[in-house]
Amino acid sequence: MKALRNFLDKVKPNFEEGGKLSAFRSVFDGFETFLFVPNTVSKNGTHIHDTIDSKRVMSIVVIALIPALLFGMYNVGYQNYLAAGTLEQASFLEVFIFGFLAVLPKIIVSYVVGLGIEFTVAQWKKEEIQEGFLVSGMLIPLIVPVECPLWVIAVATAFAVIFAKEIFGGTGYNIFNVALITRAFLFFAYPTKMSGDQVWVAKDSIFGLGNDLPEGFSGATTLGQLSTGSPVVDLANNGVELKDMIIGLLPGSIGETSVIAILIGAVILLWTGVANWRTMASVFVGGALTAMLFNAIGSTTNQVWNLDWMQHLAVGGFCFGAVFMATDPVTSPRTDCGKYIFGFLIGVVAIVIRCMNPGYPEGMMLAILLMNVFAALIDYCFVQHNINKRLKRINNR
Amino acid sequence: MSNLKDTFLTPLGLNNPVAVQVLGICSALAVTAQLEPAIVMGLSVTIILAVANVVISLLRNTIPNRIRIIVQLVVVATLVTIVSEVLKAFAYDVSVALSVYVGLIITNCILMGRLEAFAMQNGPIDSLIDGFGNGLGYAIILVIVAAIRELFGAGCLFGCQIIPDCVYELGYMNCGLMLMPPMALIILGCIIWFMRAKNPDLQEK
Repeated sequence: MKALRNFLDKVKPNFEEGGKLSAFRSVFDGFETFLFVPNTVSKNGTHIHDTIDSKRVMSIVVIALIPALLFGMYNVGYQNYLAAGTLEQASFLEVFIFGFLAVLPKIIVSYVVGLGIEFTVAQWKKEEIQEGFLVSGMLIPLIVPVECPLWVIAVATAFAVIFAKEIFGGTGYNIFNVALITRAFLFFAYPTKMSGDQVWVAKDSIFGLGNDLPEGFSGATTLGQLSTGSPVVDLANNGVELKDMIIGLLPGSIGETSVIAILIGAVILLWTGVANWRTMASVFVGGALTAMLFNAIGSTTNQVWNLDWMQHLAVGGFCFGAVFMATDPVTSPRTDCGKYIFGFLIGVVAIVIRCMNPGYPEGMMLAILLMNVFAALIDYCFVQHNINKRLKRINNR
Repeated sequence: MSNLKDTFLTPLGLNNPVAVQVLGICSALAVTAQLEPAIVMGLSVTIILAVANVVISLLRNTIPNRIRIIVQLVVVATLVTIVSEVLKAFAYDVSVALSVYVGLIITNCILMGRLEAFAMQNGPIDSLIDGFGNGLGYAIILVIVAAIRELFGAGCLFGCQIIPDCVYELGYMNCGLMLMPPMALIILGCIIWFMRAKNPDLQEK
């Protein structure tokens, strides 16, 4: 640690004004403040001070994502070996390393493209590098199918960082969740690589690990099977129950399948106070109540309507969205009451899209993006309400 | 003479009706999925605008002020109907592709804007040039947006494949979002962004 500090202090003059590498000052500054907490604080204006700065907050979210990431890697391998029928012969390590090698390029692409754009913009505008992409860059690989091509992820990441973030003013000013815009772009621009039954299982072996699956091999997600009315089974043709959905060894986007892994992340986020429990809890309440409502109405043609509320919450990206996406402090409301409404409506809209729109088997992405639009309005209403209430109190005195 | 030249050239660039005045956005989003309908649409608006400008400019001293909008609408509606019939007769496929948007030229804000702002105050020759300038300014933006959308959305221009098959074999795919209206809005936004970055005068304070 000490050696790193000394090294940074030694090379620092090169990056200051007039130094040899002054063109890369913001890059250096970004790395230095990422590695060490800067000992400067804001001096003017009204600021709420905390002992940790936003780089540290972002790091906690990334740590909270690690269980989902590791499980996702294992699951990628598991699905491949299961599909080829060689799961029994393979060791745990083989399965995991195959998944690791399949997922790693996606993480690298997402970070290189996203941070590349952020660094370039910061350098160009002579600003500090903003840290917002640390989390988005980790979320993006977790919410895409494993067979999504890398260049497509690169295009979508670039689109999202430029159009959902930089043009609004950078980190902290974006209206929409950047990672979800990436996913939405992929979903609408390249639907064959984001939905259907062809993309959820890794099909090629890597460095001799894993199995080559036949070209037309299909493995739909549980929600996909439900929406097309086909029997709900995993790749080995065993029926899927609530227990399987919670463990999460099912086809799906890389990080979304396991409720347990996401729950560990949720505990980290809530314990450190980074994410707000109000949003998270109300998403689940909204989703559960809506699912019960659809259960009560019932349907003979659409089996999504009859899905038990617990299964609704456990399947697909519901948990992942509720824990990591809806709680994004930038795109959700600031007021406590607003958070309840915001979360509740996300849950409601997500289940409504699942049940009512057969074109979109999963509704979580669209639900969160839709409610992002209303976050500021919800805040405005509650703030105005409070102002009026207090004014009344003064006037009545 | 230089005055006429300015009248013709400023709508093509610094005072472009779409990119600077932000008029006529609706049709710019709706008809730009392919290049051919976009060009036809641009030309239709140019012709209608030029002729309507001349007619209104000739009538401008006899139109009672209170009913001028009605008179302008009658002139524009007549011309739109003629253009629509001509398209149906000679370019049926394109007229099907444009569907209601030919009829909706009547509601294009560029038309009313030019008639009110220019033809009511200027002589017929100036008005003719102004109509052509603004119509072509609109057409240029449509063509740029349509070219980008058709090239990346369908891999073709004018319906002919431009992106070679070998690129597709490498894994390239057409971007489906390009064919949807939201992407047209984003491309239009980029054009406006580009123009304002080039000409700082256009930026609002």
